[in-house]
Amino acid sequence: MTDKKIFGVTALFNEPNAIISAARKVADAGFTKWDVNSPYPIHGIDKAMKMKPSKLGIVTLIFGLSGAVLALILMYWTMSVDYPMIIGGKPYFSLPAFIPVTFEVTVIMATLSTVVAMFAFFFGLPRNSHALHDTDYMKKVSRDHYGIVIEAIDPKFDEMATLQLLKDLKPITTEIIYHPEKENYPIFEPRFIALLVGVAVVVSIGTYLMLNKLVYIVPFDWMEKQAKVIPQSGSEFFADGRGMRLPVKGTVAKGFIPYPFEGETNPKEVLSNPYFPTKENLELGQRKYLTYCSPCHGNYGDGDSRLAGQFPNPPTLHSDRGRNFSDGMIYHIITVGQNVMPSYASQVTRDERWAIVNYIRALQRAKNATDADLKLVKAE
Amino acid sequence: MHNNEFKYQRKDLPSSISKIGMTLLVVGIVLGVAAFFVDHTRAVYNYLIAFTFMISIGVGALFLISLEYIVGADWSVPIRRVVEFFAAIIPLLALLVIPLLLNVGELFHWSHADAVAEDKFLTGKAPYLNVTFFIIRVFVLIGLWSLFYFFFIRNSKKQDTTKDQKLTTINIRLSAIFIPVFAITLTIAAVDWLMSIEPHWFSTIIGVYFFAGTVIAALAAVTLATVLLKENGYLHPAMTNDHLYSLGALLFAFVNFWGYIAFSQYMLIWYADLPEETFWFMQKWEGSWAIFSIGLIIIKFLVPYIVLVSQPAKMDPKKLKFISVWLLFAHLYDLFWFVMPEMEELSGGYSFSWIDLVFPIAAVGLIILVFNMKAKKDNLIPIGDPKLQRGLDFHL
Ligand code: HEC
Repeated sequence: MTDKKIFGVTALFNEPNAIISAARKVADAGFTKWDVNSPYPIHGIDKAMKMKPSKLGIVTLIFGLSGAVLALILMYWTMSVDYPMIIGGKPYFSLPAFIPVTFEVTVIMATLSTVVAMFAFFFGLPRNSHALHDTDYMKKVSRDHYGIVIEAIDPKFDEMATLQLLKDLKPITTEIIYHPEKENYPIFEPRFIALLVGVAVVVSIGTYLMLNKLVYIVPFDWMEKQAKVIPQSGSEFFADGRGMRLPVKGTVAKGFIPYPFEGETNPKEVLSNPYFPTKENLELGQRKYLTYCSPCHGNYGDGDSRLAGQFPNPPTLHSDRGRNFSDGMIYHIITVGQNVMPSYASQVTRDERWAIVNYIRALQRAKNATDADLKLVKAE
Repeated sequence: MHNNEFKYQRKDLPSSISKIGMTLLVVGIVLGVAAFFVDHTRAVYNYLIAFTFMISIGVGALFLISLEYIVGADWSVPIRRVVEFFAAIIPLLALLVIPLLLNVGELFHWSHADAVAEDKFLTGKAPYLNVTFFIIRVFVLIGLWSLFYFFFIRNSKKQDTTKDQKLTTINIRLSAIFIPVFAITLTIAAVDWLMSIEPHWFSTIIGVYFFAGTVIAALAAVTLATVLLKENGYLHPAMTNDHLYSLGALLFAFVNFWGYIAFSQYMLIWYADLPEETFWFMQKWEGSWAIFSIGLIIIKFLVPYIVLVSQPAKMDPKKLKFISVWLLFAHLYDLFWFVMPEMEELSGGYSFSWIDLVFPIAAVGLIILVFNMKAKKDNLIPIGDPKLQRGLDFHL
């Protein structure tokens, strides 16, 4: 008996008013590690126990405020900085539209943090054993009695004196509570683990069924099931089963003139160059050439591909053949491709193609510069 | 715990109360009459503000009474008489409304037949917005409120002597009827008196908006009176600050509610951005009205929110006194902000005039006088109410 460790002493009372005056006396005696247990909250017990106001509200305040700030930063960053989008003609940062979300995030952060802080710090959970757990005392105070427990870890605790103090309060019984000899409910007990796993499985399956089966019974579906075409999907309305209609034959897109020599390898006729090689035009051509042509043809049209043999090297553009091409022919090659060289019509616009042609002409002239050309360069 | 020894002795409020009330009322009336001669239109608009303010106090108090019965609240029983005395202004509304009815033409654009004939929208609304039906509605509303007031008070008073529990049951049933009646009549009042000043504008939330402000005003008046009466020993000595806490918490709740509703009204209109609705808010952003609009957020939401947010503040008599005076002012300010920019002369921005100050003075004086008169006749504590003891035992 005596070698057991004492947890504390308890006293049971019959009546809420008795417990209030008892609590007052225990608080006056200067104890700090003690508590009152009752089947329901007793009005005025906090005051009788001389308890300081709970600090839980501070947690709520801090997390509520950070929720508001975080929500605003999130919306500001995503909607106004990183991916600005105009919605309903409103400015990128429009506070009224952000208020509801800020409000919701504030509330959810405040409540969740309060609950978590309450369980984790104020209640000291998770904990699955306690000296009071299986006692008669606990059974009674959770039914129809009111109890006081003074714990042995209290600096003022003295087994005999404290028990006497409680007895002087005229309780119906007092009791000394010992720590259980061995832990009754160790956390790693197989049964406990199995229970946790079981709960997890049942809750997951239940949630899955709820969300995917039960909740998905729609009360009305006239918004979901409308007579309408859903983009990128088929439709039974038309005989060909397509949702989106094909353009009428011969339709020409805005700003687009179909190329008349499409698909010809050796056109008899070609277009003529509408652009003069002005400075701007050559600069545009240079930019586009370096982007689209230089990987294969080299920066100066020598055919020294950067692709290092992964693609057949093109011939140099400074051959006689290359220099004798008409502007329109080079344009034609860019537009429809030649043998292994693919068409660049979809990457390079009409006007850019002519600019590239002009730039190639400049490259060719530079490689075969005449004395007159050199004089001109020197003169500049 | 129970102190049944307490024997209630009725005592009159100090005579200074009736003097204060009388002075305010007389000064208010004299200046008010002068105002009507100086600037007729402005006086009428200001009278409307004072009138809707008195609707808020009276009908709001009646609502609080019925709320106590229908939810079975105990804590408010010891102060129910305070609420009842504020509701006593209701029958007077039938007289107070007459100056407004004489000036319907000045206030309401829709009351001019030629204006209605030219305006397709007003023609469409004419079946509701016409002078005859308007006057009928006014008296039906005031009549209904007075009727319920009469029954509630009669039963409550009878209980002081008979201590008959059945009277509580009757009043509970009465509340069940009154609550929906209240919802509809207060909405009609808000639409008729506040919204129809600008007959082209419409907001479906206007009834709730006025309701929120109304409850704030009535609660603030009740809180102020309760704290003052309690401090001077006119209420039951067993009453604690825990009773005040309930008042503080309700005030806080309704401040939040008002903020929620006011913002909802604003945000929906702002978001939809339809010119037929936005113009009303644009008017309130015209010139110096913009300052008033921002002031409304601060005065009616931010300040009371911050003052009342902590738990001890909600039961601190000093803070409660301060914030209830503040909120009474805030409700007046709200009505002012709602009504005044609609006045043609002030549509470009506010310019000060002493006329804006005089009518609230008279209204406050009248409310004090009526309260005092009732306190002379009736007990300040409903001593026959079966729930009184439970109400006194109320603790947090
Ligand atoms: C993917 C590599 C590649 C790219 C990029 C490329 N070409 Fe070519 N190009 C070739 C190859 C390979 C040939 C030789 C085709 C053949 O066998 O006839 C060629 C041929 C040519 C010829 C004909 C040369 C001749 O002597 O027959 C011209 C002109 C030409 N390219 C221009 C361009 C222009 C302008 C661009 C930029 C828009 C470009 N190419 C981009 C690979 C490329």
